[in-house]
Amino acid sequence: MSRSDVLVTADWAQEHLGDPGLVFVEVDEDTSAYDGGHLEGAVKLDWRKDLQDPLRRDFVGREAFEQLLSARGISNDDTVVIYGGNNNWFAAYAYWYFKLYGHQSVKLVDGGRKKWELDGRPLSKDPVERPATQYKASEPDLSIRAFRDEVVASIGSKNLIDVRSPDEFTGKILAPAHLPQEMAQKGGHVPTAKNIPWSKTANEDGTFKSDEQLAALYDEQGYDDSLATIAYCRIGERSSHTWFVLRELLGKPDVKNYDGSWVEYGSLVGVPIEK
Amino acid sequence: MCGAPKQGGVLDGIDLSTQTVIQGSVWHDGAPVAGAYVRLLDETDEFTAEVVTSPEGEFRFFAAPGTWTLRSLAPVGRAERRVAAVVGLNETTLAID
Repeated sequence: MSRSDVLVTADWAQEHLGDPGLVFVEVDEDTSAYDGGHLEGAVKLDWRKDLQDPLRRDFVGREAFEQLLSARGISNDDTVVIYGGNNNWFAAYAYWYFKLYGHQSVKLVDGGRKKWELDGRPLSKDPVERPATQYKASEPDLSIRAFRDEVVASIGSKNLIDVRSPDEFTGKILAPAHLPQEMAQKGGHVPTAKNIPWSKTANEDGTFKSDEQLAALYDEQGYDDSLATIAYCRIGERSSHTWFVLRELLGKPDVKNYDGSWVEYGSLVGVPIEK
Repeated sequence: MCGAPKQGGVLDGIDLSTQTVIQGSVWHDGAPVAGAYVRLLDETDEFTAEVVTSPEGEFRFFAAPGTWTLRSLAPVGRAERRVAAVVGLNETTLAID
């Protein structure tokens, strides 16, 4: 696995829009972004409506994922090229999600919607219809997804990477500062977690830093290559971004995303918290 | 939810006795700049949040009391401003030269 297997530039994406065998997918929480203009031919996935169970806090099940991708016209053989807003947070989440359900070929557009817009590249408002497919998903690959008990058991024994901003790590604020600060959970972080914010892995235009810069970042922060790793944030999308960096760009072997993240951990009764 | 709510508009339902709201608009050449990326940086200049301005050029953050830096990024240029925020409403303007 190397960078070119998992990441494409905006130039590459623009040159390959409409290619057979490629499906561009925009993933945002706010679908008004897509509706206001998207990459030509890209289909939309709504982070909340399409990728979250409508009742419980969890993913949609395997069959629901199959139905979703079939309806969007995505085949098992297609290369799925994902981009989105928020510096690709939700696009990285979808990338991880597609991998969890066993999709073979997935790539991110470096910089996502932000770089695309800052470059003044063309956006389309045309509706996108693709013929339905018969998508088959695999059983979820739990080697890349961590649950709360594993996180508690990993205190002091694995790399726990808290990718939130420093002020969330210390409990000064409880959510990224574009959201109201009224939350049920306690502030702070998992004991022994290192705070390596996702933002240190990206440039201002949303593109990822170079492999050399990324490797140096984790070295400087004391990342232990001999240990397994769990990344978390508040709800699991920024930590998907870091999971992508560690596992897909840097090729670290055993990296999980804890999508329960701080919204779950900070609400658990009886677990240790550091501030 | 980590996606930003719609930027600008009224502050209905927001408790200004507990929230530290930093809001304002981005301007260039006498007009508001829609679709600018505005990021909020903490006292160490580390990224804390980012929003895209509304059609009226507005942005809004929910922070905490303290010193923050606002930086806007748009095809027409960049602007930066430090703000000392207190609990309640803190309003400011980012002007791109």
